[in-house]
Amino acid sequence: MRIVVTVKFVPDLQSQRSFTDGTVTRTADDGTMNELDENAVEAALQLKESLPEGEAEVYAITVGGPDAVAAVRKALQLGVDHAVHVCDEAIAGSDVFGTARVLAAAVRQIEKDGPVGLVITGMAALDGLTSMLPTALAAQLDIAQLTLASTLAVADGVATIERHLPDAHETVTAKLPALVSVTDEANKPRYPNFKLIMAARSKPVTTLSLADIGVDRAQVGAMASRTTVIEASPQPPRENRLKVTDTGDGGTHLAQFLIERGLA
Amino acid sequence: MTDTIVAVLVEHRNHEIAQPTFEALTLARSIGRPVAVWMGQEPPADAVAALGEFGAQEVRVLAIGERARHPKTASAALAAAAGDAALVLVVSTFLTKEIATHLAIATDAGVVVDAAGADMVDGRVEVRQTVFGATWNVRTRINADRAIVAVLPNTTKATPADTAAVAEVVDVVAALPDVRESIDAVVPVAREEGVPLSEAAVVVAGGRGTNGDYTLVRELADVLSGAVGASRDATDEGWISHEHMVGQTGVTVTPALYVACGISGAVHHRGGMQASGTIVAVNIDPDAPIFEIADFGVVGDLNDVLPQAIDALRAHRQG
Repeated sequence: MRIVVTVKFVPDLQSQRSFTDGTVTRTADDGTMNELDENAVEAALQLKESLPEGEAEVYAITVGGPDAVAAVRKALQLGVDHAVHVCDEAIAGSDVFGTARVLAAAVRQIEKDGPVGLVITGMAALDGLTSMLPTALAAQLDIAQLTLASTLAVADGVATIERHLPDAHETVTAKLPALVSVTDEANKPRYPNFKLIMAARSKPVTTLSLADIGVDRAQVGAMASRTTVIEASPQPPRENRLKVTDTGDGGTHLAQFLIERGLA
Repeated sequence: MTDTIVAVLVEHRNHEIAQPTFEALTLARSIGRPVAVWMGQEPPADAVAALGEFGAQEVRVLAIGERARHPKTASAALAAAAGDAALVLVVSTFLTKEIATHLAIATDAGVVVDAAGADMVDGRVEVRQTVFGATWNVRTRINADRAIVAVLPNTTKATPADTAAVAEVVDVVAALPDVRESIDAVVPVAREEGVPLSEAAVVVAGGRGTNGDYTLVRELADVLSGAVGASRDATDEGWISHEHMVGQTGVTVTPALYVACGISGAVHHRGGMQASGTIVAVNIDPDAPIFEIADFGVVGDLNDVLPQAIDALRAHRQG
């Protein structure tokens, strides 16, 4: 079985994130693989490791400019078998539907080597946090969607997940092929060790253009996007902030502050 | 006020309408003519009346029961009920974002989620959001003729319409798609007393600094009529259930007041609460990052500061 994991190149959470011309600024210096995608990679690797040797192969795919290759390199360091980077200028500025179209075409490209049983994604990307990509990708691939999995089990060609929604915990099943998005509750991602980092260096990354995967340039990118960021400005810092050290009346000060602000 | 039809998907649980629905109806009224879309079992009469008070002229009902739990099914139902709407508003939740995504694919609509507001400019819907853990303000235009916007709770103040409408109940029959997923078990999460965390106007949250004892956090929440939240540390420790987790992968909250008790303020946590109106922090560590975004901070021990604050607030309430 082939398992495909989608990974996204995002600005590091600890860096100064910003916008340039209506899109998220992404540079190699402070970019990294989306942290929540580590859970997706881990889920794929655990599934592979639970099967007899040689029965499953894990592919990591990313979409983005030249710098985005860092995301699949990180996945290689964690232990995936193959890395695919769809890199094409025409992709820049794509919305979630354009991105899903590109990812779906890349999955179909991998399917030329043999069937893909599972596509695993993170629950959200920590830059946009929309959580829409898993649903859009499942729709593009026309396969079952099992989203927000906090557990995942695969047996006899059926995937079973538990999904913790605010009002209820659901158990959902679907026949493979299926797309599964995993939450950060699903597992504890491994750290790359020295051996894996060295091994990852010699693993190739397959770079594909839109033409390679048969995607029409007019259907992706900023021109095809159904949304356009027209203004972006940093939030001004909070003004008149107060900090007191408790010397016996800190609680009283706190209460007074709330009362003065009309919050109590 | 225009003739633009704005459909609002009603969030309800056990027939009780969630407060953000009224906020969405208020927002809908500022853009066009609101119609409410109700999925599940038939709505009770008082729910229909309440939707009318907030300006819904129609309540379009899809009696599809539990099938509404399937995002693709719910999307098809919503498409059938909101075919004449230029804008569809939903309350932003994980489930509604999935419904919105399917609906956008089915209808070529543009979609923005986690919105703080929306308006119509030159015939196009424009949406306000705060992103990157509320450190940036963004305005996005939806280029498509049909727009779907998922709005965060507490971003519009819910106000009844000047003239309440008597909402007409319209039954909608939708052709529902086959689904590949089977929901085999649904175990309801017991709801705590009071306002749900995501909708609360006041949130009092406890983290590592509570050492697992939420007594003072709950008391402070109680005196402020707020909901109880927690940091990832606290839910990972099992001190409090996962439903209480505030953060980028938990609940995103935008209350008027957020009180962080013994929470250091890791970037994941801040991403889920930084858009709050007023932020107050109590922490023993003067260098805790939470103080960087707190309007009022107290460096001190929770066990000293909170009881004193609770007593003073109680005394104020009793006036």
